[in-house]
Amino acid sequence: MNEEAKQEKFQKRIDNGEKIEPKDWMPDRYRKQLTRMMSQHAHSEIVGMLPEGNWITRAPSLRRKMILLSKVQDEAGHGLYLYSATETLGTSRQKVIDDLLNERAKYSSIFNYPTLSWADVAVIGWLVDGAAIINQTMLARSSYGPYSRAMVRICKEESFHKKQGYEMVATMADGTPEQQDMIQDAVNRWWWPTLMMFGPHDADSPNSAELIKWGVKSKTNDELRQSFVDRHVQEAHTVGLELPDPDLKFNEETGHWEFGEIDWDEFWNVVKGNGPMNRERVNARREAHENGKWVREAAEEYARKKRLSKEKAS
Amino acid sequence: MSEKNDTESNDTQWPLWEVFTQPKDGKPHEHAGSLHAPDAEMALENARDVYSRRNEATSIWVVPSDQITASSPEDSGPFFDPANDKPYRHPQFYSVPRAAKRRS
Repeated sequence: MNEEAKQEKFQKRIDNGEKIEPKDWMPDRYRKQLTRMMSQHAHSEIVGMLPEGNWITRAPSLRRKMILLSKVQDEAGHGLYLYSATETLGTSRQKVIDDLLNERAKYSSIFNYPTLSWADVAVIGWLVDGAAIINQTMLARSSYGPYSRAMVRICKEESFHKKQGYEMVATMADGTPEQQDMIQDAVNRWWWPTLMMFGPHDADSPNSAELIKWGVKSKTNDELRQSFVDRHVQEAHTVGLELPDPDLKFNEETGHWEFGEIDWDEFWNVVKGNGPMNRERVNARREAHENGKWVREAAEEYARKKRLSKEKAS
Repeated sequence: MSEKNDTESNDTQWPLWEVFTQPKDGKPHEHAGSLHAPDAEMALENARDVYSRRNEATSIWVVPSDQITASSPEDSGPFFDPANDKPYRHPQFYSVPRAAKRRS
């Protein structure tokens, strides 16, 4: 079969809603785009541990500390599901990690903002994980089998992340005036960066059309962003919080919340590596990788010695 | 690691293992995903931490990925077609008297 016929057959499988598995034929570009997207997603989970990890030692109670530890551990797990799924496309773990450490690969820009107070932990769970759920629920239907299966697993765990965040948001919004100020301040700082998580407008998103054609995504950036806004405006108002957007208003006709324009200069600036925490995040990952090296070596050596003594005994 | 330098080529991140979990007693083991580990024992421990943080497994198998032989998608047509022309292997192939049907 020639390349063109293979492409056609592949597209037909996608259109039929079939899942593509690692050993199936796929266009080079499908493999390349998925490798890029899935490894970015994996990196986001791993880098995403840093802003929240920053607050583990200063959690206000043992209950909150256990919850946060567990959430951050989940993010590590999500990173591992996704690294494994990425590997099925034929790129080694080592290469994917090298790409992150040497800044050839990106991760979600949201993690390049600092967590300035404990209220940020609450708002990240509510807004950032809330946005992630909307994106990942769609990706659970993705055409690539291993990606889709990893997403199903992640979505199940992500709802705990959002709920613990919203519970904290509600508690602080109902607390002392200081707590109320703290949570409102965190919402003011995180609202716009969270809206940016869904990426550029459809017209400015070169990858979108192709990813939709291939069944990797089934909704556009703007559609996902709208469903995020509709859900979270409601949740903000329920607990008496304001959102920092004077243009926010409900459109009776469409049934959707209309919102103001995102500061795209800020978005591209952070994507290009000039956000408040870009340097710090990459350095933290490099340090962790370097400091973990002796552990990887020691475990390998331990395994080797155990194998040797087993061989000797038999 | 110096900036812009890739990790050393012998820093392999350990061999790859496939993980199979049994969700409940009496159920078959199912593929859960994969992970890296230096040996089988550590692969099992990693599998518990990665794939069973919420009691998703009552039993776990780990298998070195390179030890799995899989059928190839290109040959799946001729490979599976011996089953295609044998409808008599299904109960729907047979007709039985109505009276007997009603009783079952």
